[in-house]
Amino acid sequence: MVNNSPGPAAVAAQDLRVHRGGRAVLDGLSFEVPRGLVMGLLGPSGCGKTTLMRAIVGVQVVSGGRVEVLGLPAGSAPLRSRVGYVTQAPSVYGDLTVTENLRYFAAILGAADADVRRVVDQVGLSSQADSVAGALSGGERARVSLAGALLGTPELLVLDEPTVGLDPVLRRDLWQLFGRLASQGVTLLISSHVMDEAERCQRLLLMRDGRALADDTPQALLERTQTHDVESAFLALVDERARTTTEEVPS
Amino acid sequence: MSLRCTLATARRVLAQLRHDHRTLALLLVVPCVLISLLAWIYDGTGTFDQIGAPLLGIFPFVVMFLVTSVATLRERTSGTLERLLTMPIGKLDFLMGYALAFGLLAVVQAVVASALSLLVLGLDVVGPAWLIVVVALLDALLGMALGLLVSAFASTEFQAVQFLPAVVLPQFLLCGLLVPRDRMNDVLQAVSDVLPLSYAVDAMRIVSSSPTVQGEVWRDLAIVGGAIVLALALGAATLRRRTP
Repeated sequence: MVNNSPGPAAVAAQDLRVHRGGRAVLDGLSFEVPRGLVMGLLGPSGCGKTTLMRAIVGVQVVSGGRVEVLGLPAGSAPLRSRVGYVTQAPSVYGDLTVTENLRYFAAILGAADADVRRVVDQVGLSSQADSVAGALSGGERARVSLAGALLGTPELLVLDEPTVGLDPVLRRDLWQLFGRLASQGVTLLISSHVMDEAERCQRLLLMRDGRALADDTPQALLERTQTHDVESAFLALVDERARTTTEEVPS
Repeated sequence: MSLRCTLATARRVLAQLRHDHRTLALLLVVPCVLISLLAWIYDGTGTFDQIGAPLLGIFPFVVMFLVTSVATLRERTSGTLERLLTMPIGKLDFLMGYALAFGLLAVVQAVVASALSLLVLGLDVVGPAWLIVVVALLDALLGMALGLLVSAFASTEFQAVQFLPAVVLPQFLLCGLLVPRDRMNDVLQAVSDVLPLSYAVDAMRIVSSSPTVQGEVWRDLAIVGGAIVLALALGAATLRRRTP
């Protein structure tokens, strides 16, 4: 397994199970996220990506298994300033300006006020810094939300579909930012249901129906499935899984 | 507990109010209009002197209940609460931040409404005026703590608003303002005895009718204070870091 830096993995999950309304949302998931890279979490809508991310940041009631983050049980107090989390729907105060929002989050994290300007620049919102968040477009609000997670010195960033609905140029810029952060040693776990974003990740976790289909590098995945893009690889894996499960069922 | 997080939260809540001019105006103007209306209705009778002071305590209670239940519900539904709970902020820091911001607002509201009543509308208060503001502040914090607690049981703003008649009106009917508590039948009196607003109104009544501060006022205020702590503790228990 790739592990660029010493110490425990950024995320280590073992037989993770989450049930909601009698249904298994995560059905015995085991995987590791090595430190200092961009890990893509891919799968169709409803496959459990958000639930998995919530379990990693420690806000999800878990019914079985274990998740460790940076060597500590997920959600434990020392992790709260070391892990940044961005929800799918932007979680910012619509009645505050961009700067006011970020100043508040910076104060909670104990980050310097100057840090606010850095993250505003990083997400490309310098010209809207004094606009009220509620008056911004959905994509801009999402970037305010993302900026909040970049404050301070997070070691792990858990980003739930951070680039959905963004202009392609912005999307490219953000992926470049993610790559830069990873090269500085930050680990990023980024979910997406757009398979073409997979090529920008160093490692992929493909999910379907609360289970892991694959946990590999994009190249290895394509080689193993003998396909040329991640979407086809995904389909190949689903077919393969379907074949093995029907063979298992005694007729 | 972290003072930094508490102060940051209070500052943030006040900043939100500052952006919302209409809410701010409503918070300060509506009690003044209502109390003026009341003085006018009872013009020439002695009734305004009897119920004016208790009402100065009830307005902040009702207003803060409403404002807090909606504000906390918005934190829950907008995802900002979940975000905060993944960050290094304690639940108490969060609650105290709200208490500080709304408490400050309640003081301003109480000072404005009391000044209008005492100086312009001629409300006759025998006790010290500063104590009126203290009681009004505690009433506001009581409303805030209860609003916070019930917001956990509402999943939409429609529901949150419905809790106002459900939680506030019974207390208003039984607090001794409409019918003195000692003239109620035993059952109603027993219910009135366990509702915190009864003590808040009782304290206002004593302050307005007696020249010296009596032990009874402090007892009433201690009970209201206890109810605030209890409601805040229950409210804190409803703020869960982990949700299904």
